[in-house]
Amino acid sequence: MLRFTLARSAGAMRPATLSSRAVSALGSNVSLRRQYASSAAAVAKAVETDEGLSIETHTDVQAANKEQTDIRTNSNISSNVTADAISSGTTALNHAYRENTGFGTRPIYMDMQATTPTDPRVLDTMLKFYTGLYGNPHSNTHSYGWETNKAVEAAREYVADVIHANSKEIIFTSGATESNNMVVKGVARFYKNTKKHIITTKTEHKCVIEAARSMMNEGFEVTFLNVDANGLIDLKELEGAIRPDTCLVSVMAVNNEIGVIQPLKEIGAICKKHKVYFHTDAAQAYGKIPIDVNEMNIDLLSVSSHKIYGPKGIGALYVRRRPRVRLEPLLSGGGQERGLRSGTLAPPNVAGFGEAARIMKQEYENDKAHIDRLSKKLIDGLLANDHTNLNGSALHRYPGCVNVSFAYVEGESLLMALRDIALSSGSACTSASLEPSYVLHALGKDDALAHSSIRFGIGRFTTEAEVDYVIKAISERVKFLRELSPLWEMVQEGIDLNSIEWSGH
Amino acid sequence: MAVAPTRLQVLALYKQFIKNSKQFNNYNFREYFLRRSRESFRANVALQKPEEVARAFADAKEELGVLKRQAIISQMYTFDKLVVEPLDSQKHTPSPTGV
Repeated sequence: MLRFTLARSAGAMRPATLSSRAVSALGSNVSLRRQYASSAAAVAKAVETDEGLSIETHTDVQAANKEQTDIRTNSNISSNVTADAISSGTTALNHAYRENTGFGTRPIYMDMQATTPTDPRVLDTMLKFYTGLYGNPHSNTHSYGWETNKAVEAAREYVADVIHANSKEIIFTSGATESNNMVVKGVARFYKNTKKHIITTKTEHKCVIEAARSMMNEGFEVTFLNVDANGLIDLKELEGAIRPDTCLVSVMAVNNEIGVIQPLKEIGAICKKHKVYFHTDAAQAYGKIPIDVNEMNIDLLSVSSHKIYGPKGIGALYVRRRPRVRLEPLLSGGGQERGLRSGTLAPPNVAGFGEAARIMKQEYENDKAHIDRLSKKLIDGLLANDHTNLNGSALHRYPGCVNVSFAYVEGESLLMALRDIALSSGSACTSASLEPSYVLHALGKDDALAHSSIRFGIGRFTTEAEVDYVIKAISERVKFLRELSPLWEMVQEGIDLNSIEWSGH
Repeated sequence: MAVAPTRLQVLALYKQFIKNSKQFNNYNFREYFLRRSRESFRANVALQKPEEVARAFADAKEELGVLKRQAIISQMYTFDKLVVEPLDSQKHTPSPTGV
């Protein structure tokens, strides 16, 4: 829809081309002018270069969408059946979709726990590694290797800085799943001769739970700690579960579904007292809550880049050096990354990750204030509806993760009705199956409530207008779906649903 | 070593920030950089020492470079407008199929 024209001097306007002159102008003092095209045809013409090649890639199909909407509207008018079905009984859905109302069609992104948009500043750092700086950072015989190695080490510094670690303690991996697997399997295997026991919790991410389960096949015993109704673990239970042959305690910092922050410092102190390694999965916490690996006695910590507005496909593992934590590497190879994770590093990803970490630290106060404000607004707005409640502790929580249950509404049907908001009922890994969230189960929620829960993610790029839209859209559609529900009717009449004896069971 | 910029220079830089932020095609990035540009310039009003002002000015100039490049990239790869984004009504004269 937009096109830009590069003008070297006032009055000398010409269409954007890939000529050397225009490219050099990008670097120098260039003034961009945005012009609105009057029709789609004009746009298509404008982005073509002299050779008839387009340099712009537009994946917007707005025109097509508008057309489809027009067709739908027209057919609705002609076929009375559908029109009646939509307008019967309730007015709630009249505002459900902003179709043909002068607004766009792309959904609002509210699934920040699954992944975050890449920050433009991160992309800017990465681009030069895809254009000129393509050396292998492990080549130490020429300058191509030196320059990328320098960038990798700078990034390592930034990543370490956020958690107050030393850069030598950071191992780059492919993501938090690899980091978690490396810890659970690697530490256990290294100490398998003397230690046979791992402790973790029931609300961990799937990759920790599954890795621990696979260690059970290798002869280890695993204790899955329970959590209370707020999602927090019981420190006394943890201390009681530690045995002389326990090698590892793995507790996640911020839960990916309910945003609950575990008492890391207290857990760290207990682990130190009993000389057990403490691992925390900080994929959702890194850069978002204050973490100090020394103060909290964290021995191993997993990080993911794409949760902090960095590139996908990279993460890190913090491995304490003093006292040294030993683990068996998952991958055998050239011995990169202190021999713990062999394989050539991807400098674009590493540099992007480093920049993302640097920005997380630089923007910490701003992001926090912004997210706190929007989170409060969202929670207040959603809980203003009847029979809704916030899942997880209200105090010990990361405000960017809001998990709300809407009683008497089926979560998946609410999600289907919310096609203009990108949301999830839980972790992206489990959203393919319709089983209710195991995290909410661990909190003691019943199936019905676990089914009707939705997770909202607020991040750096979420705007107030988006939050307003979400509150309005959710409230309207919850009301609409409840009006359809016979259960809701019974509740309105004051019937206790638990007292009903359902036939056919 | 650097001399503190004049009031006019700072204002000109601020104008550049706003102008370039507005050129992001992506709604979320546009809104974010507009918000951050305003906030950070306002926060730096309190800076008094010439060397501090000079450093903030130099940093901001570097950031402006990033902003300019990324605004162009954002215009090169565009996506549908979000449901909260008003469309320019004149831009949506229904086009014949295939054009």
